[in-house]
Amino acid sequence: MKAWKTIVFSLCLLPLGYLGLGIYREDLGPNPVEYLTHETGAWALRLLLVTLAITPLRRFTGWRRPILLRRMLGLFAFFYACLHLLIWLWLDRELVWSNMLEDILKRPYITVGFTAFMILLALAVTSNSFSMQRLGRRWKQLHRWVYGAAALGILHFIWLVKADLLQPMIYLAVFLLLMAARLPGLPERKPAPFRRKVAG
Amino acid sequence: MIIKPARRIRSSEITDQEIWQRRRQLIKAAAAGSGLLLTGMSGIARALYRGPGKLERIPGIYETKYGEDLKPTAYRHITSYNNFYELGYGKRTPAENADFLKPRPWTVKVSGECEKPGVMDIEDILKIDQEERVYRFRCVEAWAMVVPWVGFPLGSFLKRFAPTSRARYVEFTTLYDPEQMPGQKRKVLDWPYREGLRIDEAMHPLAFMATGLYGEQLPAQNGAPLRLVVPWKYGFKSIKSIVSIRFMEEMPLNTWRRIAGDEYGFYANVNPKVPHPRWSQKRHRVLGRGLFGSKEDTQLFNGYAEEVAGLYKGMDLHKNF
Repeated sequence: MKAWKTIVFSLCLLPLGYLGLGIYREDLGPNPVEYLTHETGAWALRLLLVTLAITPLRRFTGWRRPILLRRMLGLFAFFYACLHLLIWLWLDRELVWSNMLEDILKRPYITVGFTAFMILLALAVTSNSFSMQRLGRRWKQLHRWVYGAAALGILHFIWLVKADLLQPMIYLAVFLLLMAARLPGLPERKPAPFRRKVAG
Repeated sequence: MIIKPARRIRSSEITDQEIWQRRRQLIKAAAAGSGLLLTGMSGIARALYRGPGKLERIPGIYETKYGEDLKPTAYRHITSYNNFYELGYGKRTPAENADFLKPRPWTVKVSGECEKPGVMDIEDILKIDQEERVYRFRCVEAWAMVVPWVGFPLGSFLKRFAPTSRARYVEFTTLYDPEQMPGQKRKVLDWPYREGLRIDEAMHPLAFMATGLYGEQLPAQNGAPLRLVVPWKYGFKSIKSIVSIRFMEEMPLNTWRRIAGDEYGFYANVNPKVPHPRWSQKRHRVLGRGLFGSKEDTQLFNGYAEEVAGLYKGMDLHKNF
């Protein structure tokens, strides 16, 4: 499992790598701030959808190992969401707090995006084993809010587009598919018990 | 008359942009010294800004004073960051799909409320005296650039067709041909793209028809072979690849107003005090200025208030957005 974790961890860092390289080479096109904002936002959404794919994956294949990667994937989604927000606050809104507050309150696409971020923040700070133990059953209820975060994230994308809705609609379709995969009554496979590697 | 294609220019022959700019200062100094007016000077001044030699150079461009204090955005940025859905929906895709569009042969049909309607061939349009004007260009999406256009004033062009007193508006239409414009295969906008101006706006000396930029013919992604440039309005008013011009009595319904009339109006004058319903228009980002400090305050009428504010005297700019 450790090897798996290392591989997925490295894969999740690849977007950061190519964006960093682009910044270093000053190779991000005529509007680098917009490019970085869009890319980090897209990766936050993509990783959130990958995180939401883990449970259906287990349900239909009986494959259990990916569940051990779920927290890491979710935290990476949060990581890219942080970069996305940071770039917006710093490079786009130029840290002018009054403008930001006005945007968050008055512009619906920013309101929903910011709400999605606040949900992810709450989930990220309670993602450790200590919180899991302390919150007990409520932990699961709290973490169901991840569906809300993904839905608001996609709404954020839909509302900022001018006319061509193709891309956000693809995200929406994937999200709805992943939600449908949670409906009761679908054929599933019993998860196999974890197998330990036996030495020798 | 047959216009001979210009000789291919080798890259070694192309003067570096900076040297050209210095040469410009020399010309200015010389002109100032001899007390000559720069506009309408006898003889033909050289084009000041030159592209990288990718497209045919436009010969005999007249120099003007428009935007002499502005620093043009790099050619590569102007030609790789475009909103031209007909050639693709990303910023980069119009440049990637540029080869689909064939700007020759090309004709422009002029019709409606005028005494001399007709069809004009692009080769004849290019015989009109061509001048260079450096204009600010502000997109409704809150980004901006500075473009050294080549072309001619719209007003004098329109007068050739003798608009009647009933011509209160002018409507412009982009080519509709999904083979040349693959973006039209999806019905994202109501094709063909249409835009319009009030007749006094169209006759304003700043309203411009562009046939080129950086001294060369327009690349497809920038609206080859002929586009409108209205520097005090948001970019979507400056319709590209025009095939039809119509004088009208009624206000034409421009494309963006047709699909989202609550967000895009007929006038679309640049105005920091009138926000787009989804974003602020107070500031904008200038392309090609990197990650930091590329934002500027947006000015009323994109900085052309002195020239154009009179057109809108007594009008509520919040209502007529």
